[in-house]
Amino acid sequence: MSEKKIKYTVSIYTENSVGLLNRISAIFQKRHINIESFNSSITEIEDVQRWTILVNTSETKIKKIVGQINKQIEVIKSYYQTDEETIYQESCLFKIKSSLLFDDRKIQNIIKESNAIIVTVNSEFFVIEKSGRTYELDELYVKLSKYGILQYVRSARIAVTKAPLLISDILKKFKKK
Amino acid sequence: MPKISGSEAVIKCLINEGVEIIYGYPGGAIMPVYDELFKYQDKIYHVLTRHEQGATHAAQGFARISGKIGVAIATSGPGATNLVTGLADAQIDSTPMICITGQVSSKLLGSDAFQETDIIGISTPITKWNYQITKAAEIPKIFAKAFYIAKSGRPGPVLIDITKDAQFEFFDFSYNKINAIRSYDPVPQIDNNKIKEAAKLINQAKKPLIVWGQGVILGNAEKELIDLVEKTGIPAAWTILGASAIPTEHPLNVGMLGMHGNYAPNIKTNECDVLIAIGMRFDDRVTGDVTRYAKQAQIIHFEIDPAEVNKIIEVDIAILGNAKDTLKEVIKYIDTNSHKNWLKEFADLYEVEFNKVIDAEINPIKKGLTMGEVIKHINEFTKGNAAIVTDVGQHQMVACRYANFKNSKSNITSGGLGTMGFALPAALGAKMAAPNREVVAVIGDGGYQMTIQELGTVFQTKAAVKIVVLNNDFLGMVRQWQQLFFEKRYASTEMVNPDFVKIAEGYYIKAKKVNKRDELASAIEEMIKSKEPYFLEVVVEKEANVFPMIPTGSSVSEIRLS
Repeated sequence: MSEKKIKYTVSIYTENSVGLLNRISAIFQKRHINIESFNSSITEIEDVQRWTILVNTSETKIKKIVGQINKQIEVIKSYYQTDEETIYQESCLFKIKSSLLFDDRKIQNIIKESNAIIVTVNSEFFVIEKSGRTYELDELYVKLSKYGILQYVRSARIAVTKAPLLISDILKKFKKK
Repeated sequence: MPKISGSEAVIKCLINEGVEIIYGYPGGAIMPVYDELFKYQDKIYHVLTRHEQGATHAAQGFARISGKIGVAIATSGPGATNLVTGLADAQIDSTPMICITGQVSSKLLGSDAFQETDIIGISTPITKWNYQITKAAEIPKIFAKAFYIAKSGRPGPVLIDITKDAQFEFFDFSYNKINAIRSYDPVPQIDNNKIKEAAKLINQAKKPLIVWGQGVILGNAEKELIDLVEKTGIPAAWTILGASAIPTEHPLNVGMLGMHGNYAPNIKTNECDVLIAIGMRFDDRVTGDVTRYAKQAQIIHFEIDPAEVNKIIEVDIAILGNAKDTLKEVIKYIDTNSHKNWLKEFADLYEVEFNKVIDAEINPIKKGLTMGEVIKHINEFTKGNAAIVTDVGQHQMVACRYANFKNSKSNITSGGLGTMGFALPAALGAKMAAPNREVVAVIGDGGYQMTIQELGTVFQTKAAVKIVVLNNDFLGMVRQWQQLFFEKRYASTEMVNPDFVKIAEGYYIKAKKVNKRDELASAIEEMIKSKEPYFLEVVVEKEANVFPMIPTGSSVSEIRLS
C-alpha cells in the first residue's frame, strides 16, 4: 500500500447525533492529520447524514482511519476515495470592488471564460460565485487576485462516488437483525 | 404507574441490568442519584472509594474477573475528570465499564458554572461511546444502549453524563433492554471460505505457532482454544492480557510473548511457518520491531474488530468474528496432529532460559530477595487458584512470568495503558465480584503509593484482598532502563518510602514486613490463610533487573537473557 500523500475524500454516513463530530475529528487529530475541508449534509435517506471530509494523507493511513471511523457506534458506514473515484465540486465566492469591473474589461472576460456567476452587483462591490474542481477555483483565484480581492471564501468539498455505496442495503440489513 | 424522578430512574435502570455493586464518590451534581442509592441500598451496594480513579479501577477489576460490566459513579467537574485514567485504561484493554457522572443543570451548560467541565468532550477519544442526558425521559433508552454497547462485540467503557435538572425531573418510567442498534455491527459475519483457507494452512504447517490474547477470554473461548491446541498439538503463547486462558502448566502452553516474555515463543515467532494470532492486536510490546516480525510466516488473524486487521501487521488470512464461534468452525476442518520435534525446540530454549534466568529468579542463592521467589511462594500456597492483580513495572512482568494460573480470568493487570496505581483498587473490585476466590494484589512500592488511599476502602468494606508490596525503594522498571540505556543516571527513580506497615495498620489492616528469605514462605502462608485483608511488604533486591528483555527497536528474535 502506498505511503505517498495524496488527497482523499472520506464519505461518512452517520446518525444525526451531538458529539459524533468531536469523536471523528479526534481520530484525525490523534494521528496529527489536518482536515482540509469538512461538509455535513442531509442525504437521499431520511434521518441519515453524510459527511464529506477532505484530507491529504497516505493510503496506508487513510485505510486505518476509515477502519477506526467505521467502529464508532453512530457511524453507519464510511469510505475513502481518490479524486478519480469521485465526482466532486467545491464552490467559492469573491467580493471585488465594483469600480474594477468597469475600469478593466479583462475582469469581465475572466468571469465569462471561467463560467462564474455574478451573484450581485452594487455601486461598491460585486460578488461572483464559481463552482468546480479544486484546480478551476485555484485558477480563477490566481487570475482575479491580480486585481485585488476584498473577500474570498471557499466551501468544503462535496462529492458523490462513481461506484455505488449501497447504504440503503446496509440499513435494511440492520433492520432485519 | 406513578411518575418517578430521573435519579430514581437511574437506579431502576441499574437494577434492571442486574447491577448489584457500584463504586463511586458523591458530590453536588450527582446528589439526587446518591439520595436514591440511599433508598435502594438493599438492592445496590455502593462502595465509597477514596478517589474517583479508584472507583474506575475497582469497576475494572470487577469486570475483568467476572466478565460483567463494572459501574463507577462520580460528580461533575473534578469528580468526572478523575475518571479519565480509568476510562483510558478500560478503552485500551477492552474492559466493559459504565461511568455515570453528574453534570450542572442544562440551563447552566457552557456557562463555566461551579464544577462544570466538558466531560463529554474530554472522554470522547477514550470511550467506546458517551452521551449527555439533559431530559429525564432519555434515561431508560440511553442506559439500555450503554449496557448493550459496553458489553457487546469488543467491549469498552461508556460514559453517561446526566444534568442535575434531568435527575430531578419526573417522568413515566419503563425499561426495555436492547440488543441492536442500526448503525452498530458488534460481531462481524463469519466467512466460511476464510475458515476453510485457514484450516488448510494450519493442516499443512510444519512449524505453526499460536499467539493468543484477551479476545479469547472476552469471547469465552477458552475451551475452544484448548480444543484447537490439543487437537493440532500446536504450541501456544500468550500476551499478558491473554494470560490464564489456558492453564500455565498445560504442556502446549509455551509461555509469554513480548518484551519481558519467555525466550522460546519470542525466538520462535521469527522461525514459525504459520503464525495463528487469536484475539490479540499485535501491541508493540509484543511485536518488537514490526519490520522484522514473523516475516517468514504466513499469518492468520482471528479477530472481532475489523479495525485491528492489518493495523500493525499485514496478515494473510483474517477471520472476523467472535473467537468462540470462529474457533469452533475452524476446528471442524482441522486434522489431528502433533508437532513433537517442533515442540522439543521450545523445550530446549526453555532449558536455556531456565538456566540463565528462571532458576536464579525463583530459587535464588544470593542474599537479596527476588520478586520471582515471592510469586513462587504465592503459587505454592494458593495452589495456582488465585487471581493475581498487578500494577505496572518490574513486579508486573515478574508476576505474569512466574504466576501459576489454573483458571481463566486470573491475571488482572493494566496492559495497554500501563497505569500505575491500578492494582490496589482493581484487586478490591475483583475480590468483591468473586468473594470466594483468593485475590492477591502484587504491587511495586511506586504504584502502590499512587492509589494507597484505597486502603481506606479495603478497611471499610472488609474485602479480604491480600496486598503484597515488592519494595525495592525504586521505580524499578524505569531504573532498569536508566541502567541499561541511560548510563545509570538514576534521575528521580529512587524513592524514600514511609513505613508501609504502619500505614496499613493505621487502616486497621493486618500487616507484616519481611526482608529475610527464611521468613518469606511462612509470611506468605499466613497472608493466604488470613480471612481478612492482609498487607505484606517484601523488601526485595534494590537493583535487580527483569530478563529476558527485548530492547525497544529490536526484533523479537534479538531477545536478551542478560
